[in-house]
Amino acid sequence: MIKDYLYIPWNEIKRRRLRAWLTLIGVIIGIAAIVSLITLGQGLQNAIQSQFDALGNDKLFVTAKGNVLTAGLSIDAIKITEKDKEVVARTSGVKRVAGMIYSTGRIEFNELIRYFFISGLPTDPEERALVGESQSYHLLKGRFLEKGDKFKAVLGYAYTQPTLFQADIDLGQKILIQDQEFKIVGFLEKIGSPPDDQSILIPLDAYQDVFDSGDELGIIIAQSQLGEDTLKVGENIEKELRKSRDQKEGDEDFSVATPDQFAETFNIILDIVQAVLVGIAGISLLVGGVGIMNTMYTTVLQRTKEIGVMKSLGAENKHILYLFLVEAGFYGLGGGLIGVTIGFGFAKIVEWAFLIAVGPAFLSVEFNVPLIAGTLLFSFLIGVISGIAPAYRASKLNPVDALRYE
Amino acid sequence: MTKKVLIKLKDVWKTYFMGDQKLDVLKGINLDIYEKEFLAILGPSGSGKSTMMNQVGILDTPTRGKLYLEGHDISKLTESQVAQIRGKKIGFIFQQFNLIPTLSALENVTLPTIFQNMPEGKRIARGEALLQRVGLGDRMHHKPNELSGGQQQRVAIARALVNNPEIILADEPTGNLDSISGKQVMNMLTDLHSKEGKTIILITHDIQLVRYSSRTIYLLDGEVEKITTNGKH
Repeated sequence: MIKDYLYIPWNEIKRRRLRAWLTLIGVIIGIAAIVSLITLGQGLQNAIQSQFDALGNDKLFVTAKGNVLTAGLSIDAIKITEKDKEVVARTSGVKRVAGMIYSTGRIEFNELIRYFFISGLPTDPEERALVGESQSYHLLKGRFLEKGDKFKAVLGYAYTQPTLFQADIDLGQKILIQDQEFKIVGFLEKIGSPPDDQSILIPLDAYQDVFDSGDELGIIIAQSQLGEDTLKVGENIEKELRKSRDQKEGDEDFSVATPDQFAETFNIILDIVQAVLVGIAGISLLVGGVGIMNTMYTTVLQRTKEIGVMKSLGAENKHILYLFLVEAGFYGLGGGLIGVTIGFGFAKIVEWAFLIAVGPAFLSVEFNVPLIAGTLLFSFLIGVISGIAPAYRASKLNPVDALRYE
Repeated sequence: MTKKVLIKLKDVWKTYFMGDQKLDVLKGINLDIYEKEFLAILGPSGSGKSTMMNQVGILDTPTRGKLYLEGHDISKLTESQVAQIRGKKIGFIFQQFNLIPTLSALENVTLPTIFQNMPEGKRIARGEALLQRVGLGDRMHHKPNELSGGQQQRVAIARALVNNPEIILADEPTGNLDSISGKQVMNMLTDLHSKEGKTIILITHDIQLVRYSSRTIYLLDGEVEKITTNGKH
């Protein structure tokens, strides 16, 4: 029996192909937008997660509170300093510790002034290695900052392009940072994001000099000892810092986080952005639903006589209702299938474009079976719900009036 | 006559209201329709024939009066019960054929069985046998627009028979047909009556068709003008 309630509506849709396609377009756009947005959002989260995973699960980050995402850009009074770093280094379970800081700075070259990120990095080999692990810097040419370096700089990949300062820049040349002359000793490989590639690395003490930042640090990176529970070490650090900063539990003005917790913070923001975008896409799906409703009202009107015939042949109201609901459901499901295909295809194209433009690290699009299945079910329901009012009207038609309708 | 009454109309009135105008289309019809008779309802346009068909085919309810099918008061049944009875007991044949254009001949014939939940195997076998019988064994998978008027009406006859109803209700079945096809259709109805004992109710304005019937009701202005019997049975 179910077959018949699928077959008859399917034939009706095929009977008016143009109208069917026009009706489907509304749903297709809505579903494609939703699927591509969610897939891309998840792709971004996947990529962020894998970047944080690459940091290793034995790392901990100490920052001033409220500055998780803007460490080093702090303009308020809360600061973490070299003193905190020493406290962290003394904490049990901590193997290595390093501090760094960054902010935007004034860069002058070839009589042009630009503002980009300047990072102050430790020059101690062990500390530098720890920072290097957590920042994935790779040298293109020259050398890294070394112990004893003061006004030396390693430049991001963007400086190898003459476009940035309308001149070639090379090793051994001088560049002005905050009006202080620095000698260029190295260039980094391409990282992928413009802010990273435009940043300049200088020794931490040089940074503290030119920015007059005293002993302030933007972030302290700690590595737990092999075999230690990193979260437990994190708690130890928190306890020690509370003690040295004379703060009560819950009132801390600093935070200690693992890469996972960092990723979590990013994901919350991404989730909010995604929810807003999907909400907007949902409006287009609503329009698609109204399109289905309109088509169904038209088809009920056009097939009034057939409805009368079916009733004369013994169709009950509920049979007519099913037939039209299934037809509306087909529009929803059909639009969903095509929309999912287009939406996923679009996400793959964006992933490919990102790969070409900035490298593999930024987007990792995956085929998400629950998402696809959920979307198809949802689009089917949109169709059915849009069909309820027209189908009800069809089912309630008086057979005599319907038969007489021309 | 001790024959069993299939359909009984008791003082049936049908009144239509158009604005503040009241129009009595049927004015107190009393009629018994017997099992296995070939009844013609004859009348000019405006006589209330179509309204009469709607009553007899339980497609509509009387404004006043009662309609009984095999002794059951139709007004006491629910919509779905009426639909079930209509599907089981009455086979409709229309002037316009009224086939569903998206369905093949066979699918059209088996359509009424869907609403009766007949199993699929049985349905197809029955549909094929009926189409063979009306001489369309080689046209089963054609769509209505690929068939001539006469062929379409034969599909409609097969459709009317598919649930094996006792009553065949034919509303101007030859009205859209040429004389040869019309004759074929009337012969089929006659056969159904004489060989299978179906009750045939023929609604027409064509006095020529009266010769096929065993009894004729003459309708005029919503009232029974006269009843004649042909004594053919």
